[in-house]
Amino acid sequence: MLNILYFARLKETLGQGAERIDLPAGVTDVAGLTAWLRTRGGAWEQELAATRPVRVAVNQDMARGDTRVNDGDEVAFFPPVTGG
Amino acid sequence: MNEPVHPAALAAGRTEIRVHEADFDVGREIAALRAGNAGIGAVASFIGVCRDLNDGDQVAELVLEHYPGMTEKALAKIADEARARWDLIDILIVHRVGRMLPTDQIVLVVVTSAHRGESFAACEFLMDYLKTQAPFWKKEQTPEGSRWVDARATDDAAAQRWN
Repeated sequence: MLNILYFARLKETLGQGAERIDLPAGVTDVAGLTAWLRTRGGAWEQELAATRPVRVAVNQDMARGDTRVNDGDEVAFFPPVTGG
Repeated sequence: MNEPVHPAALAAGRTEIRVHEADFDVGREIAALRAGNAGIGAVASFIGVCRDLNDGDQVAELVLEHYPGMTEKALAKIADEARARWDLIDILIVHRVGRMLPTDQIVLVVVTSAHRGESFAACEFLMDYLKTQAPFWKKEQTPEGSRWVDARATDDAAAQRWN
């Protein structure tokens, strides 16, 4: 299982803050997982498009496209941060 | 009988990170950090405050969302990075979340050290990194409705100058 979290604008446009899914076959890293989510179409395709400034964290550490994703991981998707 | 306190133990200081809805009292926070530590020669602080204007629009209120767990982890990492760069005694980071109104305090960073140079530099570094690395998001209420605040390129540039 993967625990996927969405924050801020993404949580609103995707209509959910969290979901649990089975690790999709063939997905090994962040880029792969993002591409798999995009295949859902609609808001997923738009919000997670490569041209959008989406940030990803794996197990609460900032990740990159080639960061590994393993069964049991917590993967979060969110816009660039705006605190302070 | 009390054990004599070794000066080095006092000078070691501490890192404290808090994320909560409640407001903070700057005077009280600094007094608690300094309490009894004669090794501190400098205290630098930064307070971020909610304004009533952003990108030309009136802001009635601000809602700050964060990623519980990662926020604390990211801030601890930023504090460790500051300690690796400068000789610091204490680091305090307090960041509020939830609903805030113009003039409300949002964030407090306090750094103590033996001499001012370290505190000044580390305080600015901590804020620059917090603004680009810590998972907080602001949503503003304006006369046109609510909107998520966009990240600024100037914040990225500010963080990059420390590389």
